[in-house]
Amino acid sequence: MADIATYVLTGLGLVFFIAGTVGLIRFPDQFSRLHALTKGDNLGLGFIALGVAFQTETWAQVAMLLLIWGLALLAAGTVSQLVARAAVSESQKP
Amino acid sequence: MTLWLHTLAIALLVSLGGALWRVWRGPSQADRMMAAQLIGTGGVAVLMVLAALQDWALLVVAFALATLAALAAVGFVKSESPDGAGDPEEAPPVKKMRGTGQDRAQNG
Amino acid sequence: MSLVLDMALCALILGVGLATVAGHGVFRAVIFFITYGLLLAIGWARLGAYDVALAEAAISAGLTGVLLLAAHGRLRRLRAAEEAPLRPNLPAALVATGIALALGWAWFALPDPTAPDLTAALPQSGVGNPVTAVLLNFRAWDTLLEAIILLAALIGLWMLARDRAWDNPLGLRYHARAGGVMASFGRVLPPIGLIFGIYLVWAGAEMTGGAFQGGTVLAAVCLVSIMADVLPAPRIAQPAWRLALVFGPGVFLLSGVAGAVFAQGFLALPPELAKPAIVTIEAALTLSIAVTLVLLVIGPPDEGGQDA
Repeated sequence: MADIATYVLTGLGLVFFIAGTVGLIRFPDQFSRLHALTKGDNLGLGFIALGVAFQTETWAQVAMLLLIWGLALLAAGTVSQLVARAAVSESQKP
Repeated sequence: MTLWLHTLAIALLVSLGGALWRVWRGPSQADRMMAAQLIGTGGVAVLMVLAALQDWALLVVAFALATLAALAAVGFVKSESPDGAGDPEEAPPVKKMRGTGQDRAQNG
Repeated sequence: MSLVLDMALCALILGVGLATVAGHGVFRAVIFFITYGLLLAIGWARLGAYDVALAEAAISAGLTGVLLLAAHGRLRRLRAAEEAPLRPNLPAALVATGIALALGWAWFALPDPTAPDLTAALPQSGVGNPVTAVLLNFRAWDTLLEAIILLAALIGLWMLARDRAWDNPLGLRYHARAGGVMASFGRVLPPIGLIFGIYLVWAGAEMTGGAFQGGTVLAAVCLVSIMADVLPAPRIAQPAWRLALVFGPGVFLLSGVAGAVFAQGFLALPPELAKPAIVTIEAALTLSIAVTLVLLVIGPPDEGGQDA
């Protein structure tokens, strides 16, 4: 049962990561690329953390996985906002 | 399960390789930094999978990587600002002349 | 299957290493260097060297990345970044290749290491993590010198400051929109990083972690708060910062002298006191390493925007 959950959840996470990378490669301008990337990596990492959590041995490891995901969400949210702003000023430079 | 986790780690690494192409290609600096950000998150994911595969102590490494990737991105945003110390949210994202950035940023 | 994983990782590491030196443009090389450190950390993790993976992730992907990015920003402000030579620098390439070949030769020429069996000696060290046992007990001398070298590097950096800037705050005058995303991040991240950094030092005695890794994480979150203008930039003249710089090496030296007086010799730890002594030294070292790294990254006192 736990193994099936791991297969499904980590598989979903992988799909999101690959989608994020494909978007990063294929999308035409940097703001749509940023969009693809933030969806991809936040959800992808979340699904992988959840999937891996079904294989843990202690609850502390589950907590650690969720903490890492939370930190990554916080950092990614902040950073994508700031990088997008920086990209706006970069693209408007003479 | 071991086989799947190995496959997963390999697939994540291949996905990182795709993001590396964007680092190579650019064209803008923000593009490269965003790709590095995706590689950082992907690295955290790979370490989580390796933790399940090898040793749960690796979660500590994943945590450190997540913290430090955020620092690198803040460093990038700082170095992109006109005086190297600003915040892109300060000045409104309107067109401005070269060389006046420093005074603007101080007042803004 | 694990062979395929390792080969994929090696291919990525080699590819990124080549891309770092082969491509044009400073910024691209900097970003590739950051990803290079990240992949190396995964490589160390695959090799089972978790403490090294931790240090690699913290130093190479994090602090060095920030330093290089700041250097690139400064070059760009000085309008020098794009004047970097587009052709490969032949003498530099030759020297680097020579060093790589010499290292490769040394790797194959060295006899197999015949280190004494650490597992037999580990119970006497007072700690359960063999890396900490070597760093803080069996080879404490090396670690003491490394802590002092870090301090010497900082003093060397400060020599770049002009006399009239000596009392100024260190580094650039960071500013951020009050209440903005960056300022909030500078407030939210430090508590998490503080707990994590202290956890790394405490856990380092028995598991993965240690003073250096913990200190780097503390330095990283401290840098984020300084950059987000939440913490004021330190000044050289402030006694608290100076004290924090020498506290770790000082405690280490004192315990070494105490070992010379009361135990078998300089830096020798009697087994029954080893654990508390190591934890005390590590705690003190962590503070000093964190402060030294922060001051190294933000740089010498600034003259207030006259450089550009």
